[in-house]
Amino acid sequence: MTSPPVVRKAVARVVTLGPGFGFLTVFLLVPLALVLSYTVFRRGRFGGIVYQPTGENFTRLADPLYLDVVAGSVKIAALTTVLALLLGYPTAYMIARLPGRWRVIALVAVVLPFWTNFLIRTYAWIVLLNSQGPVNSALKALGLGPVELLYTDGAIVAGLLYAYLPLMILPLYSAIERLDPQLREASANLGARPARTFWSVTLPLSLPGVLTGCVFVFVPSLGNFVIPELLGGGRRIMVGNLIRDQFLKARDYPFGSVLALAVIAVLVLLLFAQAWASRRAGRDAS
Amino acid sequence: MPRHVPVALASAGLAFALAACGGASTTDSGGQAAPDALNAKADLSKQSLTISIWDGYSPKDLPQQVKAKLGFDTKVAIHDTNETVMAKLTAGGDSGIDVAFVSGQYAQALNAQGLLEPLHPELIPNLKNLYPEATQLAYDKGNKFSVPYTWGTTGLCYRSDLVKTPPTSWNDLLNPSADLKKKITMMTTERWLALPALKLLGASVNTTDQATLDKAKAALLKVKPDLLAYDDTTFGDRLKSGEAVMVEAWDGWCPTDQKNIKFVVPKEGSDLWTDTMVILKSSKNKEAAHAFINYVLEPSVHGWVPANILYKVPNKAAMDTVDPALLKDHPELALPPADLLKGEGLIDLGEASTAYTRLSTEVAAAQ
Repeated sequence: MTSPPVVRKAVARVVTLGPGFGFLTVFLLVPLALVLSYTVFRRGRFGGIVYQPTGENFTRLADPLYLDVVAGSVKIAALTTVLALLLGYPTAYMIARLPGRWRVIALVAVVLPFWTNFLIRTYAWIVLLNSQGPVNSALKALGLGPVELLYTDGAIVAGLLYAYLPLMILPLYSAIERLDPQLREASANLGARPARTFWSVTLPLSLPGVLTGCVFVFVPSLGNFVIPELLGGGRRIMVGNLIRDQFLKARDYPFGSVLALAVIAVLVLLLFAQAWASRRAGRDAS
Repeated sequence: MPRHVPVALASAGLAFALAACGGASTTDSGGQAAPDALNAKADLSKQSLTISIWDGYSPKDLPQQVKAKLGFDTKVAIHDTNETVMAKLTAGGDSGIDVAFVSGQYAQALNAQGLLEPLHPELIPNLKNLYPEATQLAYDKGNKFSVPYTWGTTGLCYRSDLVKTPPTSWNDLLNPSADLKKKITMMTTERWLALPALKLLGASVNTTDQATLDKAKAALLKVKPDLLAYDDTTFGDRLKSGEAVMVEAWDGWCPTDQKNIKFVVPKEGSDLWTDTMVILKSSKNKEAAHAFINYVLEPSVHGWVPANILYKVPNKAAMDTVDPALLKDHPELALPPADLLKGEGLIDLGEASTAYTRLSTEVAAAQ
């Protein structure tokens, strides 16, 4: 006797969804639940957790010291996102309008840096930009240097931009590429100049891609702690460094958990805002 | 020594730390545990050992040597910082680690929690090889629960060809002359970040006085704009390339094998750090653990450390095996224990350590 189609469908679902869901449950939700539970307890004298409930970890969050770090991180992540958008949009736009074969080559070129380890690429920036590096040597030879390039906020933004620009270009590309060319033609036929067509047709329709790209760049930029340490020379700490230090240096898991939770909360809000704005943009366009 | 491995490793460590502390429960009570009754004639070949140590901190073939000489198997686990191994050891239950290599102040903290086996000196006859000074260290007077493995101090490592006047004081770092600006680095790990300022103030490196820490903070904030970077790991390379000309450094990390690179302990004094070997109370192989420590204290074994990784060891017999030519090239290796002991031993500060965390966060966050 064969099982009825309904049962077979259910089995197929469990088999296909099960492993992925199981993996995420164990390795995302369980640690998250642990982090959540730490937030209400005290730090042990030598680290670890003392199971005495306290609200102290949350009130500490309001300390200007930590708020300043968060504000500084938001500033750097936002600047990175804006620059990525300004650089990424024209790139994605032109890639989408390339002939088929060139388009593939251009897209491969965009993701090519991901084939090399992120740390190695970041160290390469140090080699390039340090006061004895090739850039400064060239500037010196021209009588323009040496210029302090490394260990500045600018170096952090440059590093983040370099690391995450592809995450801006790819969603933009897929949004722009999907646009029906007939819409642009219709706009031109109705007498709009190319600039007007861009502002009134292409840009609004690609807005969901813009928002996705912005979230993809902003989120990892905000949480990054490697680039501020390597390219920022540890002179600027971002919220990612703060969280890392609470766990690894201060052995203060409860406060580290509160900080991590606060970042997660901000990001969830951002994702909701993005979903809402995308839906609105989609509705307005149709 | 807290060897600061690049952040990527540290972040991997974070993942382990989180995994290891699942259901962690650490009590504040406790105190030194009572010793177990150990059998000096135990058949060691029936035991096996897991040690946790920093990478590259012991001979690669140490397990083979131990197997050949003592007859038991040794597994080596690697930790990148004191903090990562502490997370494993304080997670509750048996960590599976028999012997851990941790810095003195961490050994002190572990002992205060009752997690260490009091040492049985009769099983470690080679303790006689230690310098007398090495048995009276601040975190564990009399080697009751730890045996020192390496020791050293913190000072200024500099390019004698690129600084006008050789530094002699922490003031040369904290109030740098114009030619040093943007060419100096300081360490960022909490206790060593505060050290130069505390010593310049004439204070203890273990101070918990908030007014003193505030003064230290002011000095650290003042010098921040003049620093090239905060650096715990690559300051040696920065000196070699000339990117930096003077850095705060641990003696063993200052590349004095290079021409023109010198190390000096500032006149205001410095710290004395120690990395130690401890036996966990939870170990089921305590006889083998004692035999292992005793073996490490053999002059030929312990002598590997200064000869190969240029750290001083608190073992007189082992230091005597070091090639005099090497000592000539590395004068800081030849620093006699009496001079080293002028440094102040770092001890665990318990609750007060949060003041240091806050200090380093405040200094790092200031723009």
